[in-house]
Amino acid sequence: MSTYAYYPGCSLHGTAKEYDRSARLVCQALGLELREVEDWNCCGASSAHMVSRWLALSLPARNLQLVEKMGLETMTVPCAACYARLKDVSCELKDPEVRDKIGRVLGGQVTGRVTVEPLVGTLTTQEILDKAAGMIKKPLAGLKVATYYGCLLTRPPKVAQFDVPENPQSMDRLLRVLGSEVVEWYFKTECCGASLPVARTDIVLDLSRKLLTAAKKAGAEAIVTACPMCHSNLDSRQGEIRGRYGDDFKMPIFFFTELLGLALGYPARELLIANHLTDALSLLQGRGLA
Amino acid sequence: MSVLKFASTDQPGRNGLLALVKAKTGQDVLACYQCGKCSAGCPLSSAMDLAPHQVLRAVQLGQRDLVFQSSAIWLCVTCQTCYTRCPQEVDLPRVMDALRSQALQEKIRPAERTVKVFHDVFLGLVERFGRLYEVGLIGGYNLLARQPLASADLGLPMLTRGKLELIPRRVKDQEQIKAIFKRAAELELEEITGQSVAAAPPASVPS
Repeated sequence: MSTYAYYPGCSLHGTAKEYDRSARLVCQALGLELREVEDWNCCGASSAHMVSRWLALSLPARNLQLVEKMGLETMTVPCAACYARLKDVSCELKDPEVRDKIGRVLGGQVTGRVTVEPLVGTLTTQEILDKAAGMIKKPLAGLKVATYYGCLLTRPPKVAQFDVPENPQSMDRLLRVLGSEVVEWYFKTECCGASLPVARTDIVLDLSRKLLTAAKKAGAEAIVTACPMCHSNLDSRQGEIRGRYGDDFKMPIFFFTELLGLALGYPARELLIANHLTDALSLLQGRGLA
Repeated sequence: MSVLKFASTDQPGRNGLLALVKAKTGQDVLACYQCGKCSAGCPLSSAMDLAPHQVLRAVQLGQRDLVFQSSAIWLCVTCQTCYTRCPQEVDLPRVMDALRSQALQEKIRPAERTVKVFHDVFLGLVERFGRLYEVGLIGGYNLLARQPLASADLGLPMLTRGKLELIPRRVKDQEQIKAIFKRAAELELEEITGQSVAAAPPASVPS
């Protein structure tokens, strides 16, 4: 059994509990042991870098320091925004001067030897895909999905070092293994408005509407994400989009771990899919998946 | 969109805007030849007063006021599309970060006040609890941004679906979190003034 340090991040303890629940269940099923980082703190995304470079580096660095103390080599991170900050710091720590300054801010040294991976990377290696393929209890029965990676999983490529920046494929491969039909669309890595929904709701409604329109036009019945910010912007704002623009998408938005969990036989209830603000259960029930 | 002046008003040497950006980010903004790829791909450029390539041009020309008072530096969400596509590999999100922090240091009124309020409330909660407390974020934002009903429509559905934690979760080592905020701010200041404001703490690993 491989053991990973697991950094849930703040959203997964709040608005994205279903991502946390489904991530833990599927990892357990696939033989990956997750050990939650002990006493982890907020990585500072997406606010710390807005005001202070050293805060933006030191908050995530404390978590790397904690993983070093746990004696683990690899940390897997479900949230794309947390992943971007943690990975950025692990790259910055290669510079001895930066490492030294971060050590001063933390009040103790951090080596940066921990490898940081996005959970979607951990769960889409060939080994895991092969394993999942042999464990499918409920194939996704041609469910037509648009895979949405958002900004931060693949960009900037020098830091993220994950998949292809403009046309990533990891989730596509996984979903095909699970029996989904993955539609072609051109908004896989377009931005949903990230951290702006509170302060500039108008911008987020506009960007999210563009994404929903494109996914619908491509024939998708649902969008699949690997980021709680993307999920929240697309899932929870459809009512406001209807109010403002008149478009009634009713487009279910899934975390990739939820669909993986369903295919592995977990009931929708256990995966907390009923938590979504846009109804996702009707679509699943119609296909005999929930 | 604003019309840019074409004559450089940048101060020569270390006092100029170009030099400041170089010192803060290591980025050579003169490498930008204004192809506009950043602005073409930017999801926010239509909402910005200066498009991203214009921000770089204004830095090249030393137009401090135009840059520091722009909405662009506050609307950039660091999606990294521009940096990914830049043929000259100018790290524009990092330049935006540096311009924003400089504008704050110089106490320039942010063009997007609500965005600033959001980040202040966010970081205030992280400083206090070590983790983000989402209910506190919305409540604090609504209070300070004077928008009592912002996101109110989402409150009840989120609550009934168990998406909101009413009680904040705290990091155990609160002292370290507070110290990180304090020392990070000291280091920022030190980099601007070039002088150490506090002696480095002993490099012991906290237990």
